[in-house]
Amino acid sequence: MAEAKKYPTPVTNPETAPFWEAAKAGKFLIKRCTACGERHYFPRSICPFCFSDKTEWEEASGEATVYTYSLMRKSPSGPYAIAYVTLKEGPSLQTNIVDCDLEKIKIGQKVKLVWKPTDGAPLPFFTAA
Amino acid sequence: MTIKGKAYIAGIYEHPTRHAPDKSTAQLHAEVAKGAIEDAGLTKADIDGYFCAGDAPGGLWPMVDYLGLKVRHVDSTETGGCSYLIHLGHAAEAIAAGKCSIALVTLAGKPRTGPMPARAAGAEADFEAAYGATTHNAYGMCAMRHMHDYGTTSEQLAWIKVAASHHAQYNPHAMLKEVVTVEDVLNSPMISDPLHRMDCCVVTDGGGAMIVTTPEIAKSLKKPLVRLIGHGEAMKGPRGGKDLDLTYSAGVWSGPRAFEEAGVTPKDIKYASIYDSFTITVLMQLEDLGFCKKGEGGKFVADGNLISGVGKLPFNTDGGGLCSNHPVNRGGMTKILEAVRQLRGEAHPKVQVPNCDLAIAHGTGGLLGVRHAASTCILERV
Repeated sequence: MAEAKKYPTPVTNPETAPFWEAAKAGKFLIKRCTACGERHYFPRSICPFCFSDKTEWEEASGEATVYTYSLMRKSPSGPYAIAYVTLKEGPSLQTNIVDCDLEKIKIGQKVKLVWKPTDGAPLPFFTAA
Repeated sequence: MTIKGKAYIAGIYEHPTRHAPDKSTAQLHAEVAKGAIEDAGLTKADIDGYFCAGDAPGGLWPMVDYLGLKVRHVDSTETGGCSYLIHLGHAAEAIAAGKCSIALVTLAGKPRTGPMPARAAGAEADFEAAYGATTHNAYGMCAMRHMHDYGTTSEQLAWIKVAASHHAQYNPHAMLKEVVTVEDVLNSPMISDPLHRMDCCVVTDGGGAMIVTTPEIAKSLKKPLVRLIGHGEAMKGPRGGKDLDLTYSAGVWSGPRAFEEAGVTPKDIKYASIYDSFTITVLMQLEDLGFCKKGEGGKFVADGNLISGVGKLPFNTDGGGLCSNHPVNRGGMTKILEAVRQLRGEAHPKVQVPNCDLAIAHGTGGLLGVRHAASTCILERV
Protein backbone atom coordinates (compact mmCIF):
# COMPACT_ATOMS: atom_id res chain seq x y z
CA MET A 1 0.00 0.00 0.00
CA ALA A 2 1.47 3.31 -1.10
CA GLU A 3 1.70 6.07 1.45
CA ALA A 4 -1.17 8.57 1.38
CA LYS A 5 -0.38 11.52 -0.85
CA LYS A 6 0.76 14.56 1.13
CA TYR A 7 -1.26 17.65 0.29
CA PRO A 8 -0.19 21.25 0.99
CA THR A 9 -1.55 22.92 4.10
CA PRO A 10 -3.85 25.84 3.31
CA VAL A 11 -2.17 29.12 4.25
CA THR A 12 -5.57 30.78 4.87
CA ASN A 13 -6.17 34.50 5.33
CA PRO A 14 -8.80 36.66 7.05
CA GLU A 15 -11.08 36.51 4.01
CA THR A 16 -11.10 32.72 3.73
CA ALA A 17 -10.54 31.63 7.37
CA PRO A 18 -14.25 30.81 7.95
CA PHE A 19 -14.13 28.34 5.04
CA TRP A 20 -11.17 26.49 6.54
CA GLU A 21 -12.61 26.56 10.09
CA ALA A 22 -15.80 24.99 8.74
CA ALA A 23 -13.75 22.46 6.78
CA LYS A 24 -12.18 21.29 10.02
CA ALA A 25 -15.74 20.56 11.21
CA GLY A 26 -16.52 18.70 7.95
CA LYS A 27 -18.67 21.49 6.51
CA PHE A 28 -18.18 22.59 2.89
CA LEU A 29 -19.01 26.28 2.52
CA ILE A 30 -19.62 28.34 -0.57
CA LYS A 31 -20.53 32.01 -0.82
CA ARG A 32 -23.91 33.43 -1.83
CA CYS A 33 -24.53 37.07 -2.64
CA THR A 34 -27.73 38.38 -1.05
CA ALA A 35 -27.83 41.30 -3.51
CA CYS A 36 -27.84 39.35 -6.80
CA GLY A 37 -28.50 35.85 -5.46
CA GLU A 38 -25.54 34.27 -7.29
CA ARG A 39 -23.37 31.68 -5.57
CA HIS A 40 -19.64 31.52 -6.21
CA TYR A 41 -16.51 29.52 -5.38
CA PHE A 42 -13.70 29.98 -4.27
CA PRO A 43 -15.04 32.39 -1.69
CA ARG A 44 -14.61 36.16 -1.96
CA SER A 45 -15.89 38.85 0.39
CA ILE A 46 -17.11 40.96 -2.54
CA CYS A 47 -19.34 39.25 -5.13
CA PRO A 48 -17.43 38.70 -8.42
CA PHE A 49 -20.67 39.21 -10.36
CA CYS A 50 -22.42 42.31 -8.95
CA PHE A 51 -19.58 43.56 -6.73
CA SER A 52 -21.82 43.81 -3.69
CA ASP A 53 -20.21 43.21 -0.29
CA LYS A 54 -23.36 41.45 0.92
CA THR A 55 -22.03 37.92 0.59
CA GLU A 56 -22.90 35.16 3.03
CA TRP A 57 -21.48 31.75 3.82
CA GLU A 58 -23.73 28.84 2.90
CA GLU A 59 -23.17 25.14 3.44
CA ALA A 60 -23.17 23.15 0.19
CA SER A 61 -24.42 19.59 -0.16
CA GLY A 62 -21.17 18.19 -1.54
CA GLU A 63 -23.12 16.67 -4.44
CA ALA A 64 -21.74 17.45 -7.89
CA THR A 65 -21.31 16.23 -11.47
CA VAL A 66 -18.11 15.99 -13.49
CA TYR A 67 -17.85 18.87 -15.99
CA THR A 68 -14.52 17.70 -17.41
CA TYR A 69 -11.39 15.86 -16.31
CA SER A 70 -7.97 14.72 -17.44
CA LEU A 71 -6.10 11.72 -16.14
CA MET A 72 -2.50 12.84 -15.70
CA ARG A 73 -0.44 9.73 -16.41
CA LYS A 74 3.07 11.20 -16.29
CA SER A 75 3.57 12.39 -12.75
CA PRO A 76 6.37 11.66 -10.26
CA SER A 77 3.72 11.13 -7.56
CA GLY A 78 1.68 8.71 -9.69
CA PRO A 79 -1.37 9.18 -11.92
CA TYR A 80 -4.09 11.55 -10.73
CA ALA A 81 -7.32 12.89 -12.16
CA ILE A 82 -7.76 16.65 -12.24
CA ALA A 83 -11.33 17.75 -12.86
CA TYR A 84 -13.87 20.50 -12.76
CA VAL A 85 -17.06 19.49 -11.02
CA THR A 86 -20.31 21.45 -10.97
CA LEU A 87 -21.93 21.62 -7.54
CA LYS A 88 -25.65 20.94 -7.17
CA GLU A 89 -25.83 24.54 -5.90
CA GLY A 90 -24.41 25.90 -9.19
CA PRO A 91 -20.74 26.88 -9.09
CA SER A 92 -18.07 24.75 -10.76
CA LEU A 93 -14.72 24.21 -9.12
CA GLN A 94 -11.34 22.65 -9.76
CA THR A 95 -10.59 19.48 -7.82
CA ASN A 96 -9.26 15.93 -8.10
CA ILE A 97 -11.37 12.82 -8.44
CA VAL A 98 -10.01 10.32 -5.89
CA ASP A 99 -10.63 6.94 -4.23
CA CYS A 100 -12.33 5.32 -7.25
CA ASP A 101 -11.35 3.78 -10.59
CA LEU A 102 -9.83 6.77 -12.39
CA GLU A 103 -10.05 4.97 -15.75
CA LYS A 104 -13.85 4.97 -15.45
CA ILE A 105 -14.44 8.69 -14.91
CA LYS A 106 -17.02 10.13 -17.30
CA ILE A 107 -18.21 13.65 -18.01
CA GLY A 108 -21.64 14.06 -16.41
CA GLN A 109 -20.94 11.42 -13.76
CA LYS A 110 -22.25 12.08 -10.24
CA VAL A 111 -19.59 12.64 -7.58
CA LYS A 112 -19.57 13.51 -3.90
CA LEU A 113 -17.31 15.44 -1.56
CA VAL A 114 -14.56 13.78 0.46
CA TRP A 115 -12.04 15.54 2.69
CA LYS A 116 -8.31 14.84 2.59
CA PRO A 117 -6.15 15.74 5.57
CA THR A 118 -3.26 18.20 5.59
CA ASP A 119 -1.19 19.46 8.52
CA GLY A 120 -3.88 22.12 8.95
CA ALA A 121 -7.45 22.27 7.61
CA PRO A 122 -8.52 19.43 5.28
CA LEU A 123 -8.98 19.95 1.52
CA PRO A 124 -12.12 19.18 -0.53
CA PHE A 125 -11.89 16.38 -3.11
CA PHE A 126 -14.55 14.39 -4.94
CA THR A 127 -15.17 10.71 -5.51
CA ALA A 128 -17.66 8.60 -7.46
CA ALA A 129 -21.12 8.89 -5.87
CA MET B 1 -8.35 56.48 -31.81
CA THR B 2 -6.58 53.48 -33.31
CA ILE B 3 -3.11 52.00 -33.57
CA LYS B 4 -3.86 50.91 -37.15
CA GLY B 5 -0.76 51.45 -39.25
CA LYS B 6 1.00 53.50 -36.58
CA ALA B 7 3.73 50.98 -35.76
CA TYR B 8 5.99 48.83 -37.93
CA ILE B 9 8.03 45.76 -37.05
CA ALA B 10 11.44 46.76 -38.38
CA GLY B 11 13.65 44.09 -36.85
CA ILE B 12 13.25 40.45 -35.85
CA TYR B 13 15.53 37.75 -34.48
CA GLU B 14 14.97 34.20 -33.29
CA HIS B 15 17.82 32.59 -31.40
CA PRO B 16 18.98 29.49 -33.29
CA THR B 17 19.67 27.57 -30.08
CA ARG B 18 17.22 25.10 -28.61
CA HIS B 19 19.47 24.07 -25.71
CA ALA B 20 21.80 26.56 -24.04
CA PRO B 21 23.31 25.15 -20.83
CA ASP B 22 26.45 27.25 -21.42
CA LYS B 23 24.68 30.62 -21.46
CA SER B 24 22.91 32.79 -18.88
CA THR B 25 19.29 33.85 -19.31
CA ALA B 26 20.23 37.54 -19.33
CA GLN B 27 22.87 36.73 -21.97
CA LEU B 28 20.22 35.13 -24.18
CA HIS B 29 18.10 38.29 -23.84
CA ALA B 30 21.12 40.35 -24.91
CA GLU B 31 21.86 38.05 -27.85
CA VAL B 32 18.31 38.23 -29.22
CA ALA B 33 18.23 42.01 -28.65
CA LYS B 34 21.46 42.37 -30.61
CA GLY B 35 20.08 40.16 -33.38
CA ALA B 36 16.87 42.19 -33.75
CA ILE B 37 18.67 45.54 -33.60
CA GLU B 38 21.10 44.41 -36.32
CA ASP B 39 18.27 42.97 -38.43
CA ALA B 40 16.63 46.40 -38.37
CA GLY B 41 19.90 48.13 -39.26
CA LEU B 42 19.86 50.15 -36.04
CA THR B 43 22.18 50.47 -33.04
CA LYS B 44 21.46 49.99 -29.35
CA ALA B 45 21.67 53.75 -28.82
CA ASP B 46 18.59 54.14 -31.05
CA ILE B 47 16.38 52.15 -28.65
CA ASP B 48 14.16 54.42 -26.52
CA GLY B 49 11.53 51.92 -25.37
CA TYR B 50 11.90 48.48 -23.77
CA PHE B 51 9.36 45.72 -23.17
CA CYS B 52 9.88 42.46 -21.31
CA ALA B 53 7.77 39.93 -19.38
CA GLY B 54 8.17 37.43 -16.56
CA ASP B 55 11.02 35.57 -18.28
CA ALA B 56 13.38 38.59 -17.97
CA PRO B 57 15.63 38.05 -14.94
CA GLY B 58 14.72 40.59 -12.27
CA GLY B 59 12.29 42.43 -14.51
CA LEU B 60 12.65 45.87 -16.04
CA TRP B 61 15.32 47.77 -14.17
CA PRO B 62 17.86 44.95 -13.92
CA MET B 63 17.33 44.21 -17.64
CA VAL B 64 17.55 47.84 -18.76
CA ASP B 65 20.74 48.20 -16.73
CA TYR B 66 22.22 44.87 -17.92
CA LEU B 67 21.53 45.66 -21.56
CA GLY B 68 22.86 49.21 -21.12
CA LEU B 69 19.72 50.83 -22.49
CA LYS B 70 18.63 54.43 -22.02
CA VAL B 71 14.89 54.40 -22.49
CA ARG B 72 11.98 56.79 -21.99
CA HIS B 73 9.20 54.21 -22.06
CA VAL B 74 8.97 50.73 -20.47
CA ASP B 75 6.30 48.04 -20.08
CA SER B 76 6.53 44.69 -18.28
CA THR B 77 3.03 43.38 -18.95
CA GLU B 78 3.09 39.72 -17.94
CA THR B 79 0.53 37.42 -19.51
CA GLY B 80 2.58 34.27 -19.96
CA GLY B 81 3.17 33.09 -23.50
CA CYS B 82 1.16 35.83 -25.18
CA SER B 83 2.98 38.66 -23.34
CA TYR B 84 4.92 39.59 -26.50
CA LEU B 85 1.79 39.89 -28.63
CA ILE B 86 0.42 42.27 -26.02
CA HIS B 87 3.78 44.07 -25.96
CA LEU B 88 3.48 44.60 -29.70
CA GLY B 89 0.06 46.21 -29.23
CA HIS B 90 1.28 48.30 -26.30
CA ALA B 91 4.41 49.35 -28.20
CA ALA B 92 2.15 50.56 -31.02
CA GLU B 93 0.10 52.54 -28.48
CA ALA B 94 3.25 54.09 -27.02
CA ILE B 95 4.61 54.93 -30.46
CA ALA B 96 1.28 56.41 -31.57
CA ALA B 97 1.26 58.54 -28.42
CA GLY B 98 4.85 59.70 -28.97
CA LYS B 99 6.12 58.03 -25.79
CA CYS B 100 8.88 56.23 -27.68
CA SER B 101 9.94 55.80 -31.30
CA ILE B 102 12.02 52.60 -31.38
CA ALA B 103 10.91 49.86 -28.99
CA LEU B 104 12.78 46.66 -28.22
CA VAL B 105 10.88 43.57 -27.02
CA THR B 106 12.83 40.54 -25.76
CA LEU B 107 12.03 37.00 -24.65
CA ALA B 108 14.57 34.39 -23.52
CA GLY B 109 15.11 31.61 -21.03
CA LYS B 110 16.28 28.07 -20.40
CA PRO B 111 13.53 25.62 -19.40
CA ARG B 112 15.30 22.81 -21.25
CA THR B 113 18.41 23.27 -19.12
CA GLY B 114 16.57 23.47 -15.81
CA PRO B 115 13.29 24.15 -14.03
CA MET B 116 11.73 27.59 -14.28
CA PRO B 117 11.33 29.70 -11.12
CA ALA B 118 7.92 29.42 -9.42
CA ARG B 119 5.40 32.17 -10.00
CA ALA B 120 3.73 34.18 -7.26
CA ALA B 121 0.42 32.66 -6.15
CA GLY B 122 -2.93 34.31 -6.74
CA ALA B 123 -5.93 34.55 -4.41
CA GLU B 124 -7.04 31.08 -5.55
CA ALA B 125 -3.92 29.28 -4.27
CA ASP B 126 -5.39 27.54 -1.21
CA PHE B 127 -8.37 26.42 -3.29
CA GLU B 128 -6.47 25.03 -6.29
CA ALA B 129 -2.76 24.42 -5.65
CA ALA B 130 -3.29 20.94 -4.20
CA TYR B 131 -4.98 19.64 -7.35
CA GLY B 132 -1.88 19.60 -9.52
CA ALA B 133 -2.98 21.64 -12.52
CA THR B 134 -0.20 21.55 -15.10
CA THR B 135 -0.13 22.72 -18.68
CA HIS B 136 -0.77 19.14 -19.84
CA ASN B 137 -3.82 18.36 -17.75
CA ALA B 138 -5.32 21.86 -17.90
CA TYR B 139 -5.31 21.68 -21.70
CA GLY B 140 -6.34 18.03 -21.46
CA MET B 141 -9.51 19.11 -19.64
CA CYS B 142 -10.31 21.55 -22.48
CA ALA B 143 -9.78 18.83 -25.09
CA MET B 144 -11.87 16.33 -23.13
CA ARG B 145 -14.83 18.72 -22.92
CA HIS B 146 -14.43 19.83 -26.55
CA MET B 147 -14.62 16.19 -27.64
CA HIS B 148 -17.67 15.66 -25.42
CA ASP B 149 -19.55 18.72 -26.68
CA TYR B 150 -18.55 18.68 -30.37
CA GLY B 151 -17.34 15.19 -31.20
CA THR B 152 -13.80 16.36 -31.87
CA THR B 153 -11.45 13.38 -32.26
CA SER B 154 -7.83 12.59 -31.45
CA GLU B 155 -7.29 11.98 -35.19
CA GLN B 156 -8.40 15.54 -35.95
CA LEU B 157 -6.10 16.97 -33.27
CA ALA B 158 -3.25 14.88 -34.67
CA TRP B 159 -3.58 16.62 -38.05
CA ILE B 160 -2.36 19.83 -36.39
CA LYS B 161 0.89 18.17 -35.34
CA VAL B 162 1.20 16.53 -38.77
CA ALA B 163 0.90 19.93 -40.49
CA ALA B 164 3.49 21.47 -38.14
CA SER B 165 5.89 18.61 -38.85
CA HIS B 166 5.52 19.10 -42.61
CA HIS B 167 6.73 22.68 -42.11
CA ALA B 168 9.45 21.86 -39.57
CA GLN B 169 11.31 19.61 -42.00
CA TYR B 170 12.46 22.75 -43.82
CA ASN B 171 13.60 24.62 -40.70
CA PRO B 172 17.26 23.79 -39.98
CA HIS B 173 16.87 25.04 -36.39
CA ALA B 174 13.69 23.06 -35.61
CA MET B 175 14.04 20.75 -32.62
CA LEU B 176 11.91 18.06 -34.29
CA LYS B 177 12.41 17.89 -38.08
CA GLU B 178 10.85 14.52 -38.76
CA VAL B 179 7.57 14.43 -40.67
CA VAL B 180 5.00 12.48 -38.65
CA THR B 181 1.65 10.87 -39.47
CA VAL B 182 -1.69 10.84 -37.69
CA GLU B 183 -0.89 7.27 -36.60
CA ASP B 184 2.45 8.39 -35.13
CA VAL B 185 0.62 10.94 -32.98
CA LEU B 186 -2.04 8.46 -31.84
CA ASN B 187 0.62 5.85 -31.05
CA SER B 188 2.70 8.23 -28.96
CA PRO B 189 2.27 7.74 -25.19
CA MET B 190 -0.78 9.23 -23.50
CA ILE B 191 0.42 12.06 -21.25
CA SER B 192 -2.81 13.48 -19.85
CA ASP B 193 -6.04 12.23 -21.43
CA PRO B 194 -6.82 12.85 -24.22
CA LEU B 195 -3.46 14.45 -25.11
CA HIS B 196 -0.62 12.27 -26.38
CA ARG B 197 3.04 13.20 -26.24
CA MET B 198 2.89 14.41 -29.85
CA ASP B 199 -0.07 16.67 -29.02
CA CYS B 200 2.38 18.61 -26.83
CA CYS B 201 4.88 21.28 -27.82
CA VAL B 202 8.64 21.02 -27.39
CA VAL B 203 10.49 22.41 -24.37
CA THR B 204 13.35 24.60 -25.57
CA ASP B 205 15.93 27.07 -24.35
CA GLY B 206 16.34 30.17 -26.48
CA GLY B 207 14.42 33.31 -27.24
CA GLY B 208 13.50 35.98 -29.70
CA ALA B 209 13.23 39.72 -30.06
CA MET B 210 11.67 42.39 -32.24
CA ILE B 211 12.01 46.10 -32.94
CA VAL B 212 8.80 48.13 -33.22
CA THR B 213 9.03 51.63 -34.64
CA THR B 214 7.29 54.55 -36.35
CA PRO B 215 6.26 54.46 -40.03
CA GLU B 216 8.85 57.16 -40.82
CA ILE B 217 11.76 55.32 -39.24
CA ALA B 218 10.70 51.96 -40.72
CA LYS B 219 10.63 53.54 -44.19
CA SER B 220 14.15 54.90 -43.68
CA LEU B 221 15.46 51.36 -43.05
CA LYS B 222 16.16 48.60 -45.58
CA LYS B 223 13.77 45.80 -44.58
CA PRO B 224 10.44 45.08 -46.29
CA LEU B 225 7.70 47.05 -44.52
CA VAL B 226 5.47 45.16 -42.11
CA ARG B 227 2.99 47.01 -39.95
CA LEU B 228 0.47 46.28 -37.21
CA ILE B 229 -3.08 47.14 -38.28
CA GLY B 230 -5.13 45.54 -35.52
CA HIS B 231 -4.63 44.37 -31.97
CA GLY B 232 -6.76 42.82 -29.28
CA GLU B 233 -6.22 41.45 -25.79
CA ALA B 234 -8.51 39.72 -23.31
CA MET B 235 -8.56 37.45 -20.29
CA LYS B 236 -10.71 34.57 -19.10
CA GLY B 237 -10.98 32.50 -15.93
CA PRO B 238 -13.50 30.39 -14.04
CA ARG B 239 -14.93 33.60 -12.50
CA GLY B 240 -16.44 32.17 -9.38
CA GLY B 241 -17.44 28.96 -11.14
CA LYS B 242 -20.48 30.41 -12.95
CA ASP B 243 -21.37 28.97 -16.37
CA LEU B 244 -18.02 27.22 -16.73
CA ASP B 245 -17.21 26.56 -20.40
CA LEU B 246 -13.73 25.32 -21.24
CA THR B 247 -14.44 24.94 -24.95
CA TYR B 248 -13.69 28.56 -25.77
CA SER B 249 -10.87 30.93 -24.89
CA ALA B 250 -10.37 34.66 -24.44
CA GLY B 251 -9.58 34.63 -28.18
CA VAL B 252 -13.34 35.07 -28.73
CA TRP B 253 -12.84 38.63 -27.47
CA SER B 254 -9.26 39.49 -28.54
CA GLY B 255 -9.81 38.25 -32.10
CA PRO B 256 -12.87 40.33 -33.07
CA ARG B 257 -11.27 43.45 -31.53
CA ALA B 258 -8.18 42.97 -33.69
CA PHE B 259 -10.13 42.18 -36.86
CA GLU B 260 -12.42 45.16 -36.34
CA GLU B 261 -9.52 47.56 -35.87
CA ALA B 262 -7.76 46.15 -38.92
CA GLY B 263 -10.94 46.28 -41.02
CA VAL B 264 -10.41 42.74 -42.30
CA THR B 265 -11.98 39.34 -41.69
CA PRO B 266 -10.56 35.84 -41.17
CA LYS B 267 -11.28 35.10 -44.84
CA ASP B 268 -8.74 37.77 -45.86
CA ILE B 269 -5.85 36.18 -43.91
CA LYS B 270 -3.15 34.56 -46.06
CA TYR B 271 -1.00 33.15 -43.26
CA ALA B 272 -1.77 32.35 -39.61
CA SER B 273 0.64 32.04 -36.68
CA ILE B 274 -1.49 30.33 -34.03
CA TYR B 275 -0.19 29.49 -30.58
CA ASP B 276 0.43 25.76 -30.42
CA SER B 277 1.36 24.82 -26.88
CA PHE B 278 -0.83 21.79 -27.60
CA THR B 279 -2.82 20.69 -30.62
CA ILE B 280 -6.07 21.58 -28.82
CA THR B 281 -4.79 25.15 -28.35
CA VAL B 282 -4.67 25.59 -32.13
CA LEU B 283 -8.06 24.01 -32.74
CA MET B 284 -9.83 26.17 -30.15
CA GLN B 285 -8.09 29.36 -31.31
CA LEU B 286 -9.06 28.78 -34.95
CA GLU B 287 -12.68 28.51 -33.85
CA ASP B 288 -12.47 31.45 -31.47
CA LEU B 289 -10.88 33.69 -34.10
CA GLY B 290 -13.63 32.86 -36.58
CA PHE B 291 -11.71 30.76 -39.12
CA CYS B 292 -14.51 28.23 -38.66
CA LYS B 293 -17.60 27.87 -36.50
CA LYS B 294 -17.34 26.79 -32.86
CA GLY B 295 -17.22 23.02 -32.79
CA GLU B 296 -16.07 22.66 -36.41
CA GLY B 297 -12.36 23.07 -35.69
CA GLY B 298 -11.81 19.32 -35.97
CA LYS B 299 -13.12 19.22 -39.52
CA PHE B 300 -11.25 22.43 -40.37
CA VAL B 301 -7.79 21.18 -39.39
CA ALA B 302 -8.13 17.67 -40.86
CA ASP B 303 -6.63 16.40 -44.10
CA GLY B 304 -3.76 18.85 -44.26
CA ASN B 305 -5.81 22.06 -44.34
CA LEU B 306 -3.09 23.84 -42.32
CA ILE B 307 -0.16 22.70 -44.53
CA SER B 308 1.38 25.43 -46.67
CA GLY B 309 0.81 24.75 -50.36
CA VAL B 310 -1.76 22.05 -49.58
CA GLY B 311 -4.51 23.49 -47.39
CA LYS B 312 -6.54 26.68 -47.23
CA LEU B 313 -4.90 28.17 -44.14
CA PRO B 314 -1.10 27.79 -43.93
CA PHE B 315 -0.15 27.96 -40.26
CA ASN B 316 3.09 28.00 -38.23
CA THR B 317 5.35 27.52 -41.23
CA ASP B 318 8.46 27.48 -39.02
CA GLY B 319 7.19 24.26 -37.42
CA GLY B 320 5.73 26.21 -34.51
CA GLY B 321 5.93 25.22 -30.88
CA LEU B 322 4.87 21.68 -31.71
CA CYS B 323 8.06 20.98 -33.69
CA SER B 324 10.48 23.92 -33.85
CA ASN B 325 10.70 26.12 -30.80
CA HIS B 326 8.77 27.12 -27.69
CA PRO B 327 11.39 29.20 -25.91
CA VAL B 328 10.83 29.59 -22.16
CA ASN B 329 7.50 27.76 -22.55
CA ARG B 330 6.24 30.98 -24.13
CA GLY B 331 5.28 30.87 -27.79
CA GLY B 332 3.99 34.38 -28.46
CA MET B 333 7.23 35.88 -29.74
CA THR B 334 7.98 33.15 -32.29
CA LYS B 335 4.41 33.53 -33.58
CA ILE B 336 5.13 37.15 -34.47
CA LEU B 337 8.55 36.36 -35.93
CA GLU B 338 7.30 33.77 -38.42
CA ALA B 339 4.39 36.02 -39.45
CA VAL B 340 6.91 38.80 -40.19
CA ARG B 341 9.08 36.37 -42.19
CA GLN B 342 6.04 35.40 -44.25
CA LEU B 343 5.10 39.03 -44.89
CA ARG B 344 8.69 39.89 -45.81
CA GLY B 345 8.89 36.88 -48.12
CA GLU B 346 11.70 35.49 -45.96
CA ALA B 347 10.09 32.17 -44.97
CA HIS B 348 11.63 28.99 -46.35
CA PRO B 349 10.76 28.74 -50.07
CA LYS B 350 9.06 25.38 -49.49
CA VAL B 351 6.59 26.98 -47.05
CA GLN B 352 6.50 30.62 -48.20
CA VAL B 353 2.91 31.67 -48.92
CA PRO B 354 2.79 33.35 -52.36
CA ASN B 355 2.06 37.08 -52.22
CA CYS B 356 1.60 36.97 -48.47
CA ASP B 357 0.38 40.47 -47.60
CA LEU B 358 -1.90 39.84 -44.61
CA ALA B 359 -1.16 37.65 -41.60
CA ILE B 360 -2.42 37.00 -38.11
CA ALA B 361 -0.29 36.25 -35.07
CA HIS B 362 -2.35 35.03 -32.14
CA GLY B 363 -1.47 33.54 -28.79
CA THR B 364 -2.64 32.63 -25.35
CA GLY B 365 -0.82 32.72 -22.03
CA GLY B 366 -1.39 30.97 -18.74
CA LEU B 367 -3.53 27.82 -18.65
CA LEU B 368 -6.39 27.61 -21.15
CA GLY B 369 -8.31 25.36 -18.75
CA VAL B 370 -7.82 27.60 -15.73
CA ARG B 371 -6.91 31.30 -16.12
CA HIS B 372 -5.44 32.71 -19.28
CA ALA B 373 -4.91 35.72 -21.48
CA ALA B 374 -5.18 35.95 -25.26
CA SER B 375 -3.82 38.46 -27.71
CA THR B 376 -4.34 38.88 -31.44
CA CYS B 377 -2.23 40.92 -33.85
CA ILE B 378 -3.12 41.54 -37.50
CA LEU B 379 -0.05 42.34 -39.58
CA GLU B 380 0.14 43.74 -43.10
CA ARG B 381 2.89 44.07 -45.68
CA VAL B 382 2.91 47.60 -47.05
